[in-house]
Amino acid sequence: MPNITNILVCGIGGQGVMTATEILSEAAIAEGHDVKKTEVAGMSQRGGVVTSHLRFGPKVLSPQIAPGTADVLLGFEAAEALRWAHYLKPGALALVNDARLVPPVVELGLFKYPDDPIGEMKARGVRTVSFDAATLARDLGDLRLGNTVMLGAIADQLPFSAEVLLDCIVKRFARKGEQVVEANRRAFAAGRAAAQAAAPATA
Amino acid sequence: MAAVMPAPAASRLLMSGNEAVARAVWEAGTKVCAGYPGTPATEMLEALSAYPDLYTEWSVNEKVSLEVAIGASMMGARAFCAMKHVGLNVAADPLMTLTLTGVEGGLVIAVADDVGMSSSQNEQDSRFWGRFAHVPMLEPSDSQEACDMARYAFELSEEYQVPVILRLTSRICHVKGLVKVGERFAHQPKGFSKNAERWVMVPGHAKRRIPLMLAREQELKRFSDRTPLNVLEPGSDRRVAFVTSGPAYMHVRESFPDAPVLKLGLSYPWPLEKVAQLAEMADTLVVVEETEPLLENELKAAGFAAHGKDFLPRMGELAPEVVKPAVARLLRKEASPAPESATPLPPLFPRPPTLCASCPHMGVYYTLSQLKNLTISGDIGCYTLGAGHPWNSLDSTICMGASMGIALGMDKGRGEADKNKKVLAVIGDSTFMHMGMQGLLDITWNRGNVTVLLLDNGTVGMTGGQNTPANGRDIRGQGAPRIDFRKLIEALGVKPERIHEVDPYQLPVLFKTVREEVKIDDVSVIITNRPCVLIEEFKPFKPYVVQEDKCTGCGNCVEVGCPAIHVTRRDRVLKPSGKEVDLAFTRIDSVACTGCGLCVQPCAPEAIVHYEPVMPRIVVQPV
Ligand SMILES: Cc1ncc(C[n+]2csc(CCOP(=O)(O)OP(=O)(O)O)c2C)c(N)n1
Ligand code: SF4
Ligand code: SF4
Repeated sequence: MPNITNILVCGIGGQGVMTATEILSEAAIAEGHDVKKTEVAGMSQRGGVVTSHLRFGPKVLSPQIAPGTADVLLGFEAAEALRWAHYLKPGALALVNDARLVPPVVELGLFKYPDDPIGEMKARGVRTVSFDAATLARDLGDLRLGNTVMLGAIADQLPFSAEVLLDCIVKRFARKGEQVVEANRRAFAAGRAAAQAAAPATA
Repeated sequence: MAAVMPAPAASRLLMSGNEAVARAVWEAGTKVCAGYPGTPATEMLEALSAYPDLYTEWSVNEKVSLEVAIGASMMGARAFCAMKHVGLNVAADPLMTLTLTGVEGGLVIAVADDVGMSSSQNEQDSRFWGRFAHVPMLEPSDSQEACDMARYAFELSEEYQVPVILRLTSRICHVKGLVKVGERFAHQPKGFSKNAERWVMVPGHAKRRIPLMLAREQELKRFSDRTPLNVLEPGSDRRVAFVTSGPAYMHVRESFPDAPVLKLGLSYPWPLEKVAQLAEMADTLVVVEETEPLLENELKAAGFAAHGKDFLPRMGELAPEVVKPAVARLLRKEASPAPESATPLPPLFPRPPTLCASCPHMGVYYTLSQLKNLTISGDIGCYTLGAGHPWNSLDSTICMGASMGIALGMDKGRGEADKNKKVLAVIGDSTFMHMGMQGLLDITWNRGNVTVLLLDNGTVGMTGGQNTPANGRDIRGQGAPRIDFRKLIEALGVKPERIHEVDPYQLPVLFKTVREEVKIDDVSVIITNRPCVLIEEFKPFKPYVVQEDKCTGCGNCVEVGCPAIHVTRRDRVLKPSGKEVDLAFTRIDSVACTGCGLCVQPCAPEAIVHYEPVMPRIVVQPV
């Protein structure tokens, strides 16, 4: 489909993947796009894999992104980004929070968590930018800002200006008062800066 | 959920299919809405409960929800019920006779298939109900259509006096798209008109209704060929013409933008004349339908040379990445066995769903995993996860409520090989009220020897924490009569001394109670009584930490199965006895831990303590 932007957001249940994609959808709607957003999630509130597909453009048909067609991947967890990296178009960018969330089946010794998922992605030729969203959020005073850090990271990879996305975030938090809004602005800026600083030379 | 002001008409909103259906049901002037939770259908009733001016309820099961809708329709009111695919199996009994009486006020049944099985025990094709019950079936392809079709379904229902099924799949229910919404229409119930020949279905009356039902079906067949719900879209690509419906339509359009397509919005009865027109438009006719070859077989029976499941998968979703290469193979005339699964996952560790940190079910499964010689009949809910690691404690799961009858059958059917094994059944509170009570009555009446664990966590945890008669709140969160399980179970024939209520965090008490009850040759029920973490009754406590210097690496706490416990280091040591032992040193994620105290109890060296110590050591009761 021409003129359709495909954004894949992945992580695990409870990390805020679906909310982040919802805010991205709002930004696309504000820009006048047709939007479809879909999750592949089972009983995701309990630690399962979550992928959220966002497609926008003049007219979206299938809500699903096919493997090899995503324009950008936003990964909330390192191994999950690796799991879904093959959804990216050749040469497209992955923005990854390098948090490692290890599930009980790994703790029980039944499976192995990869030693270096980000390294593996790079070895497979995926343009990967990684950063530590949790530390950035904690430094700003609240772990819950991690979601906005992630949105900041993707802000310069969209077919519209970062401010459109920031406006949607601000709107969401407006009810909670100026302080919360300000903290989210800072988190957004920190995410943007982290993605830019970590960008590979070819980016 | 308290009622809110709905968005004004003509707004364009980002809505899931479920939200869009709820909006349409409200707009249609519906008076009564009932349902039982189940993925992916749950949010329809949830969203409806936030609208003003209509009655909504969580029913105890799907059969009751349909019966509530039938009663309202008899009064002339518009009525709606929603359920997941397997729910309609439960509600099939009223449906199959409702089709004879027909409806008065418009009655719409939304049924949501879990194509791809993200969260169900099977994958079923609900489209069969249209043909089986001789009722029309509508299939939207996205949120806007879900809204438009759901609204129209009430008109269709009243025009033909027939219940209408709105068939959704996960990929409609849970996809968000832009929806232009309308206004609420004022619908007044006409009032009940007494008519035993119509409403009292005894054989003599029912015999007279069957020809009426069949005549209605014939009329609907003609309607199917004229309705704009079934759209014939011509195309310039004359290689393949497609017949499709629901989300598969979008996948086909995405994959083959120039192909002729017959899109079925009314997928039962089938518009055979339109199919004949389509067949003229290309060399090959392909039916793209998710799961069963229902339409394909019908078209073949009607004489069309249709392709479909000869080259497409019979399970899972038919996304573009599945349909496109498959059709290409068909055109190249390659022998192409359909792939088993539509969405293969890359080879990485899996992330099966886990119980929440602090889930009261963990105490039950830790206990069961420590006991030997049990055969455990399980049921459906969060507690089905007890079948997985690390507990491996459930031996069967079939459908809601089945743990009871299966346990009785295990008891009666066992031979020499299982003579010394004890039979247990594990069932959740909502599942017990849905379909389990009758099974328990069967056990007591027929003198079974079964120990039942009734896990009362005060909610339907599995589907997100909906209210149930066990927590005394209705769908809107308002106070409602609360069931007394002890009295109910006693009334079902269990002796009062065989009923125990236990705190599942008190491992020694739970262990002792289960061990004693399985020894007794009678029916026992052990009720666990602590809330699910999703509901307001749950109160978190101070988190724990593992003291690194005290942890001996025994790994006992890992066996509790809490997702907040992580292994920091593994080791293998040689014991003086010459035996090799694996060690796992642990840490607790203090952000995730809510201090239930379960992992503290099996820790022999007392290495697990409060983050900021408050008391020397708390074994039994969380602080
Ligand atoms: C007929 C049918 N309806 C609905 C469902 C979806 N569903 C599965 S388990 C369940 C109820 C679980 O509640 P409960 O028994 O209280 O256990 P919990 O999840 O709270 O542990 C529901 C609604 C289903 N599988 N089958
Ligand atoms: S949702 Fe409730 S019942 Fe389900 S795992 Fe979590 S705590 Fe347990
Ligand atoms: S106390 Fe132990 S079992 Fe309970 S939530 Fe915390 S880590 Fe999990």
